[in-house]
Amino acid sequence: MATETVSPSTGPTPIARPSAVGAFVALLQRDLHVLLRNLKEFIPRTVLQPLLLVFVFTYVFPKIGQSVGGTGGAEDFSTVLVAGVVGLAIFFQGIQAVALPLVQEFGYTREIEDRVLAPLPVEWVAIEKITSGAVQCLIAGLIVFPIAYLVPATPVNLQFNWIVLLTLAPIAAYTCSALGLFFGTVFNPRTLPVLFGVLVVPLTFLGCTYYSWQSLSAIPWLQKLVLLNPLVYVSEGFRAALTTTPHMSLWAVYGALIGAGVLFTVIALRLFRRRVIS
Amino acid sequence: MPTPTPTQTTADSKPSDSPDPDEVIRTEKLTKVYPGDIRAVDELDLVVRRGEIFGLLGPNGAGKTTTAGMLTTRVLPTGGRAFVGGVDVVAHPARARRVIGVVPQTNTLDRSLTVRDNLFFHGRFFGMSSKVSRHEADRLLEQFRLTDRADVSVLALSGGMAQRLMVARAVMHRPAILFLDEPTAGLDPQSRIALWEVLGELHAEGQTILLTTHYMEEADELCHRLAIIDHGRILAIGPPQELKDSVGADTIITLSATRRPDGSVRDLDPLAQILRDRLPGVRSVAGADGGLRINILGADGLLPAVVGLAEEVGVLLSDLRLEEPSLETVFLEMTGKELRD
Repeated sequence: MATETVSPSTGPTPIARPSAVGAFVALLQRDLHVLLRNLKEFIPRTVLQPLLLVFVFTYVFPKIGQSVGGTGGAEDFSTVLVAGVVGLAIFFQGIQAVALPLVQEFGYTREIEDRVLAPLPVEWVAIEKITSGAVQCLIAGLIVFPIAYLVPATPVNLQFNWIVLLTLAPIAAYTCSALGLFFGTVFNPRTLPVLFGVLVVPLTFLGCTYYSWQSLSAIPWLQKLVLLNPLVYVSEGFRAALTTTPHMSLWAVYGALIGAGVLFTVIALRLFRRRVIS
Repeated sequence: MPTPTPTQTTADSKPSDSPDPDEVIRTEKLTKVYPGDIRAVDELDLVVRRGEIFGLLGPNGAGKTTTAGMLTTRVLPTGGRAFVGGVDVVAHPARARRVIGVVPQTNTLDRSLTVRDNLFFHGRFFGMSSKVSRHEADRLLEQFRLTDRADVSVLALSGGMAQRLMVARAVMHRPAILFLDEPTAGLDPQSRIALWEVLGELHAEGQTILLTTHYMEEADELCHRLAIIDHGRILAIGPPQELKDSVGADTIITLSATRRPDGSVRDLDPLAQILRDRLPGVRSVAGADGGLRINILGADGLLPAVVGLAEEVGVLLSDLRLEEPSLETVFLEMTGKELRD
């Protein structure tokens, strides 16, 4: 095949060296640029929900004497919640940074049509979206953590397991971002309320964010059911990484997160391709 | 700027796997069948040469956008082959994208970026260094008269300006071919003319352009060669004048008749017959929209003659028009229907 004659016909000297890797990096650069430009939207949207959650449950409740957190008392609850809040922030960022913009790009702005004309395979465009989303998930987790630590009225007992933290955080961020891409390719502007009402709300309430998975042993059917929820493994993983609270086996956490990450990536890539190439 | 090396016209003898470097687009039996056996494009054979402005003219749904979609790697053909700049678009889509520039029908500008950054990042996507990309962006802003808008959001642009920015973006990486899909649909007349000027300038710089349109004035004004397509097939291909000449007439008369007093439509067959027999230079007479369309070659003083013959058979004319053949006529001759149905 004579396919090497790809130099543009006009232009006196080559002013560009297009490559798939270069385009991928440039797409990331664009996303980072937009993130920095929109920090004043990124920070409130990331911080506000966890802040209110921590504030109400671990500051207001103890102060007004409302009981929360079962037999362990307020102090334990603050500690249990810290992992859940970080997990939740990462999970939400996957939706906000990947799924929502993608639904818009597919449904309304059609920007995606230009993005897939960049000189790289369309699957790479999708992987770039996961990558850039994962970075935003990590940033979200990072800025939310001090809130979960500093806001509670009762002390939070932290004990870092650095190896788990440094390996788990990127994996959790990647998986949540891949889940965001999956949602972004499945839902459209019309069905978006379903995503929130029917999926995101149950996933967050049943994501072992406000309680540990072990404590669910009191409700065996629920303890088994929530295993379908990827957020459970994120919360439990951070519980292991940040605290000494009892947590799910790390094998299960890593196995499920990596498995889910791969699964969401494969499905989302296929759906993404189907939506941009007819 | 372009100095195409004079080549022998032996393209026919070449095997299709070693394309003529002057062929920017080649399709061979390119076909797209959508589920439900909808043949949007049907065995299309097309060659676009370097430096020309080529038009795909046809009504909505003729297969123009699908054809452009396949050539720009967004639609997968179900049969045949297509090459842009010598690259097989199915086998190497990512590589093909390096040599194409696309201005789609809808506004696909990056809403999160300023006007300048839309260009800057486009350059980066296509492998320009930051410095080169910044420089090229500024140069294009100047060329496309957008410099004073450089730092505003693209949301603040008018339709015409957004269109110009999309053209600037599409040519920034110096594509071998620039695709424009219905470029002036939805533009006001002033912006349309401004865009035609822009395309004229790009052509003068040597840019090869393929545009789809259902405006025959646009096709006539801009294109060196045209393919008239309908139902996914090429009906005719050639320079606009040649296509118009192919009608075999230099004058087209359309007439309609008044109704009878009782409101019924008059039978125009006797009039058609007498026109065929006695009107000078008549080539054909056909019914059209309740009236008649008469193709004539090489005759003068036609209108009085038509009125006289109509009187002879007792038909009162309500409308009588005389015009030169247009691309509309060509389409009408070939399909029996109007372009703008």
